[in-house]
Amino acid sequence: METINTTLLIIGGGPAGYVAGIRAGQLGIPTVLVEGAQPGGTCLNIGCIPSKALIHAADEYAKTVHYAAQTSPLGIRVEAPSIDLDKTVAWKDGIVKRLTGGVGALLKKQGVRVVRGWARVLDGKTVEVQPHEGSGQEPVRIRCEHMLLASGSHAVELPFMPFGGPVISSTEALSLSEVPRRMVVVGAGYIGLELGTAFRKLGSQVTVVEAAERILPAYDADLVKPVASSLERLGVEVRLATSVLGMEGERVKVRDASGVEAYLEADRVLVAVGRKPATTGWGLEHLMLDMDGRAVKVDEQCRTSMRNVWAIGDLTGEPMLAHRAMAQGEMVAEIIAGKRRWFHPAAIPAVCYTDPEIVVAGMSPGEAAAAGIDAISASFPFSANGRAMTIESTDGFVRVVARKDNHLILGWQAVGVGVAELAAGFTQSIELGAQLEDVARTIHAHPTLGEAVQEAALRALGHALHI
Amino acid sequence: MGIHVIKMPDLGEGIAEVEVVAWHVQPGDTVREDQVLADVMTDKATVEIPSPVAGTITSLGGAIGQSLAVGAELIRLEVAGAGNVSADKARKEPVQSGAATAPAEEVAEPQLEAVAAHASAAPAPAAAPAKPTPAPAAKPAPARSGAGAGAPLRADGEKPLAPPAVRLRAWDLGVELQFVPGSGPAGRITHADLDAHVAGRRGGAANGAMDERYAEQHGEHATQIIGLRRKIAEKMQEAKRNIPHFTYVEEVDVTELEALRLQLNARYGQERGKLTLLPLLMRAVVLALRSYPMMSARYDDEANTLTTYDAAHIGIAAQTESGLMVPVVRHAESRDPWSSAAEIARLAEAARSGKATRDELTGSTITITSLGALGGIVTTPVINRPEVAIVGVNRIVDRPVIRDGAMVARKMMNLSSSFDHRVIDGMVAAQFVQSIRGYLEFPATLFVE
Repeated sequence: METINTTLLIIGGGPAGYVAGIRAGQLGIPTVLVEGAQPGGTCLNIGCIPSKALIHAADEYAKTVHYAAQTSPLGIRVEAPSIDLDKTVAWKDGIVKRLTGGVGALLKKQGVRVVRGWARVLDGKTVEVQPHEGSGQEPVRIRCEHMLLASGSHAVELPFMPFGGPVISSTEALSLSEVPRRMVVVGAGYIGLELGTAFRKLGSQVTVVEAAERILPAYDADLVKPVASSLERLGVEVRLATSVLGMEGERVKVRDASGVEAYLEADRVLVAVGRKPATTGWGLEHLMLDMDGRAVKVDEQCRTSMRNVWAIGDLTGEPMLAHRAMAQGEMVAEIIAGKRRWFHPAAIPAVCYTDPEIVVAGMSPGEAAAAGIDAISASFPFSANGRAMTIESTDGFVRVVARKDNHLILGWQAVGVGVAELAAGFTQSIELGAQLEDVARTIHAHPTLGEAVQEAALRALGHALHI
Repeated sequence: MGIHVIKMPDLGEGIAEVEVVAWHVQPGDTVREDQVLADVMTDKATVEIPSPVAGTITSLGGAIGQSLAVGAELIRLEVAGAGNVSADKARKEPVQSGAATAPAEEVAEPQLEAVAAHASAAPAPAAAPAKPTPAPAAKPAPARSGAGAGAPLRADGEKPLAPPAVRLRAWDLGVELQFVPGSGPAGRITHADLDAHVAGRRGGAANGAMDERYAEQHGEHATQIIGLRRKIAEKMQEAKRNIPHFTYVEEVDVTELEALRLQLNARYGQERGKLTLLPLLMRAVVLALRSYPMMSARYDDEANTLTTYDAAHIGIAAQTESGLMVPVVRHAESRDPWSSAAEIARLAEAARSGKATRDELTGSTITITSLGALGGIVTTPVINRPEVAIVGVNRIVDRPVIRDGAMVARKMMNLSSSFDHRVIDGMVAAQFVQSIRGYLEFPATLFVE
């Protein structure tokens, strides 16, 4: 068996692993990256990117349907629109292919050797890689000084409703060849709502079933309200405080809080009840690393309990976000190159591509209060923003949270069409240690949605101009 | 003046609470460093808590018999200098003595003006709080007092506020931002603050000037212990772990020996080579071994077998570039001093150039170690396991000695010798060293039998 010796071995080519690889290559660390599927991981192949592509296509289609219904005040007329989902999926696959190919090229440019196949950990310094069947390649053994675990996460499966047949995960939902007539979505987290909304816009009858009392339980009620009204407007049925009991033929059996059971007809059942770290099936257990629940436990430098074994990304648990994983990957490569680094972000932003979008960075008013901080918060509604009116999207608001004593900005939240793009400014202001005055006294371009950011800061200071 | 808080130390073994059983001080008492302040008791032991600083007690953390959590405030002292509590925090808690605190309204004052002053004269705020009277003119920014002394500037758990670029630079510089005063709004740490901190750290608070001589160093350099060094490490550890060493030091008058050596070198140096002290010492050891054969031995402690050797294979500890090696002069009993000297020179050269064979590096039955001119006064040699004795040679110095009632200058040298106490009794070791000493002090006996 061929043996490759290297300094850094990265297991997994998702956002965590490939960024670590690129940075390690830049720093001159001999690096081997093992990937069983396509580079880019969940994010590029079956997560962020394809879902956003599908959501965009659904939005565009929904517009034409809206125009065809002749209810649009814009005076646009369209005759009987239709969608060829096969073509949509092919377009989406094209984007994915371009991006994953790009990742491969970036790794190559930095001299990172990519070994295709599934890695199996033998010990803290050695893995064996089994090539794909039929590839005609021999298994290889890789020895390393540093092992970086970046195996990512899987969609959680419901034991009484395993994936297969009509029961699908987000992965399959992104590659359906036709729009299902009736879809049941289990879980009203961001993945379930993003995809449920998209399929509703593509024409499916969508029912979302959620065990909790409300949708998007991770976000505060004010932020979620515009999303809830939009779901209602779109005709998505939302059943809260309802548990899924299992499949009976082509029907999903559910029970609500008062114990009443019901059956929901479904051509497809999308189970989106969360993701779990991919810790099994590749020999990770041989290392007997300290765990933190289902995730691999790491310290603030992403070191595991074993020397020179590192873990980054979804494998290390929540928040399972690609941008967090990338930052961790970059940091670990730099530490291995001898630099002093810590994973101490002031804020990790998060975005829901629901309709309308939600974006958060830093603390919410509730979180600030829970931390015992005397904080002030203020929001500015898009109904008072000119740009929002011109794009027919006046739902939502921008909210800022700051310390009362020195006006240091602790957090931002926003909900509204297109607000995901505000994440950059939100996070920058927190990382830079901005005060309300810094944002209030920065000239924000007119007419943009971003003016609401400035106005929220002004309002927190007690002198908003346009409300 | 600053406030120093002593917290209940973690006494280990998972103890979370500790009971105060005695106070040795009262508020108002002045204490020295290391003075015992209190006795505290865990279920295992009573422990004295000494004061790490000198100062005046301002408050006690509890009554006798009270249990305090580990990490709870045990005693509060007023100390010269900055103390270990930020002035900001110190003010929040009731402190009886009114000294050292600025008026409250200054605390609330936003720091913008003070900032400008601070940036130009970094050390000033450190000195300002030392003034006992409130000085309205000087506005010591409270959160930054004591910066020069390296005290934490923020309350526990409060993170330093710095933009990512500043954080990155601080990491690269090895600076803990927790200790850097922030001059920006809301206490934000700027690049200038970092520069000032680094400059202050280099030059000390007194002059603020850059001075490389006093720069703190933060490099860490890990070296893999491999090859010969690892061998040495293992051997040393084995020797120390397994052998109960004892070291016996005796003073030897080598005036006569040195005189003889110089004489021999003058007479025979040309043809036979010059003698150092070492071959003469080897001869003395060989002669002493005749009376104490158990010193030329190897002790297999696993088999409980002590093997003594009629031969004297003397190991000579030699420094080489990669570390300590011990080439062996075989059958030293069969060599005269010149032959020994030649053999030592040959082996030392072989060891240094890395050409010594395995045979030349193993099989010694007793070892001599000498650092020559660097021999020091006393050494505690580590036995070359599995041998049972090692003779260490210290430096020769001219010392005043009383001889026949008069003080005279003599050349004196110590022998520091270690023995394996499992098989060598102290008396025998002492007699062995005295025997060597006898030969060295009457050097004729080295040659005349």
